[in-house]
Amino acid sequence: MSLIYRLASRNLFHDRLRFIATVVGVVFSIVLVTVQLGLYLGFGRVVTTMIDHAAADLWIMPLGTKCFEDPSTLDERRRFQALSINGVAQATPVVIGYADWRIPEGGTSPVFIVGSDLRADGLLPWNLVEGSLDALAIPGGVAIDRSYFDRLGVSGVGDSAEIRGHKVEVRAVTNGIRSFTTTPYVFTTLDRGRTYTGISANKATYFLVRISPGADAESVRRGLKANLSDVDVLTTAEFRDRSRSFWLFGTGAGFALLAGALLGMIVGTVIVAQTLYSSTKDHLNEFATLRAIGSSSVYIHKVIICQALISAVIGFCLAAGIGLIVVAATADTALPVVMTPTLTLVLFLLTLAMCVVSAIAAILQVTRIDPVTVFTR
Amino acid sequence: MTEPIVEALDVVKLLGKGAAQVQALKGVSLALNGGELTLLMGPSGSGKTTLLSILGCMLTPTRGSVRMGGRSTEGVGPEELAKLRREHVGFVFQSYHLFPTLTAADNVRLALDVRGDNSARAIAKTKDALAIVGLAHKAEAFPLELSGGEQQRVAIARAIVGQPSAVLADEPTASLDGENGNAVMTLLAEIAKDRSRGVLVVAHDPRILRFADRVVHIEDGSIVREERGGAAVKAVKKDEGDCAIHDHAEKHDGVQE
Repeated sequence: MSLIYRLASRNLFHDRLRFIATVVGVVFSIVLVTVQLGLYLGFGRVVTTMIDHAAADLWIMPLGTKCFEDPSTLDERRRFQALSINGVAQATPVVIGYADWRIPEGGTSPVFIVGSDLRADGLLPWNLVEGSLDALAIPGGVAIDRSYFDRLGVSGVGDSAEIRGHKVEVRAVTNGIRSFTTTPYVFTTLDRGRTYTGISANKATYFLVRISPGADAESVRRGLKANLSDVDVLTTAEFRDRSRSFWLFGTGAGFALLAGALLGMIVGTVIVAQTLYSSTKDHLNEFATLRAIGSSSVYIHKVIICQALISAVIGFCLAAGIGLIVVAATADTALPVVMTPTLTLVLFLLTLAMCVVSAIAAILQVTRIDPVTVFTR
Repeated sequence: MTEPIVEALDVVKLLGKGAAQVQALKGVSLALNGGELTLLMGPSGSGKTTLLSILGCMLTPTRGSVRMGGRSTEGVGPEELAKLRREHVGFVFQSYHLFPTLTAADNVRLALDVRGDNSARAIAKTKDALAIVGLAHKAEAFPLELSGGEQQRVAIARAIVGQPSAVLADEPTASLDGENGNAVMTLLAEIAKDRSRGVLVVAHDPRILRFADRVVHIEDGSIVREERGGAAVKAVKKDEGDCAIHDHAEKHDGVQE
C-alpha cells in the first residue's frame, strides 16, 4: 500500500483539535445541504401527492392550470366530448376547492375539499384506518386524516361538523394524507364536493381519463386536444411535473431551498479549506522534505487530496447519521425531509467534491514550496 | 577515467533581487566521483549549501552547467529536476527532516514510495537499508523515540534505500555529539566505498576530516583549495594540529591506494 494514505491520515489525526474542526465543518455543511435537498425532495413529493394517488392515464383540465390546487373549472359537456373520443374508456369528474369547516365547539378552519365519484376510480382517499369508502355515500359522509382531528375538532368516525351550512359526518379516517399547505383535505362524493365548494352541478375541476386497453395514450391525447377546446390534456407525469414546477419554482420555494443547500456547500468549503490550508502550512517542512527527496508535485497533491477525502468520508458518515435522524423526526410532518439512495449518493459525491475543492488553496501553497528551504529549517 | 556522477562546470549563482542580490557562487567547478567521500568545507556564507543545492538539482545555476547522471540540467523544469533527484540523489540533512508521524521504516520507505515503488520488494529494501545503518531493531519506532544519532542513521537509510549514485549530506553531524557524529561519518564513508556512488558532505566540523578522501575548501563563492587523500588531512593537521586525524587519514589513504 502506498504511504500516501498513511501520511495523509497521520497528518490529519496528528492535530486532533483541527481535525475535529474540519469534521464539524463537513458535518455542519452536509447536514444543512441534506436538510435543504431533503426538503426539496419532500416538498416535490407532497405537492403531487393527490396526482400520484389519482387513477388517471390522462388529465383534462382548464387551459393554463398551474397545479392540482388550481380551482378553475370545466363544463361537464367536455366530459361527454371526451368519452366520444376513440380509446377513452372513462372520464371521471373530480372537483376541488377550499371551504370553511365549522367546528362543533365553535370557530372555523379552512379545508380543502376533494369530491370524486365513489362508483368510479377517481380520486378517492387511501390509507383508510377507520370507516370505509362505501360509508362516504351516506348523506354528509366525509373522510379526513387523523392528524387533523384536533384542528377540525373531531375525534373519529361518527363525529360531525358543518360545511357551508351542511352537516358533515366523519365516515372514514385516513393516515398520512397531509397537505403541505397545512389545510386539511376532506374527501367526499362528487355531488357533495360541488355543494361544499360552491361549484355548479354541471362543472368539474378535472376529468380523469382512463384509456381503453390497447389504445395508444399519445393518439388518445391528440384526439382529446383536437376535439376539446380551451383545455389542457396532460399525462399524470406531465401534470406532476407542472405542479411540482409551479410550487417549487413558481413560488420561489425551490430556489430558497437550493440556495440554502448552496450556502451550506460554500460554508463547508470555506471551513474545510481553512483547516486544510492551516494544516498544510504546519506541515510545510515535511512537504519541502518530500519535494527535496524527489517527490513529484502530483505525489504531494495526492497527500493533500487524500487528507481532504478522509475528512470528507468521516464527515459524510456522521452527517448521514444525523440526516437519518432528521428524516425519521420529520417523517410524519406536513413537510418531511426525504432521503433517497440517489440523494445519498449525490450528497456523498458533493462532500467529496467540496473537500477536493477545499484542498485547492493548500495545493497552491505547496506548489510554491521551494525544496531548498529544507536547508534553512 | 570514469564520468563523474555529478559535475558542476563554471557555476555562477545569484541569489536575491535588486540591491539585495548577492553572488553566492562565482564560477565554481566541482565533480563528484564514484567511490569517494568528498568533504566541502568553508565558513558560513561561503556558498557550501548553495553548491550542494545545485549539485543536488534543487537549485539551478544562474550561469554555467550541471551534469547529473550524464545529463545536463540546463533548461530542465522543476518536475524534471525532482525526477533527477529521486533517481540519482539521496539527501541527508542537518536536522534529519524525518516525518514525526511515520515510523522509522515508513520514513525510509517514503524515498521508494515517491519513486512509485510500493511493492513488497520496497519493504525488503527498507529492511535492508535499516540493517545497513544498524537500526533493523528500531524499524517500528517513531522519530521521537530515537536518539539524534539514530534519527540521522534513519535519514541515511532513507538517502541510500533507492540506490542513488550521489549522496549529499548537509552538516550531518552538526546536531550530534562526537560519538554519534563518528558513527554517522563511518556509515557515510562505508557508503562511499561503493564505486558507483559518490558522497559529498558539507561540514564545518574538523573532526570529520579523517573520513574524507578529498577535501574541497570554498570561500566567498569560490573554491580556493582542494586536497586529496593524505594531503587533505596533512593540510588539516597543519591547520588544526590534530594528530589523531592525521593517523586515521594515513590509514585511509592506504585503502585508497
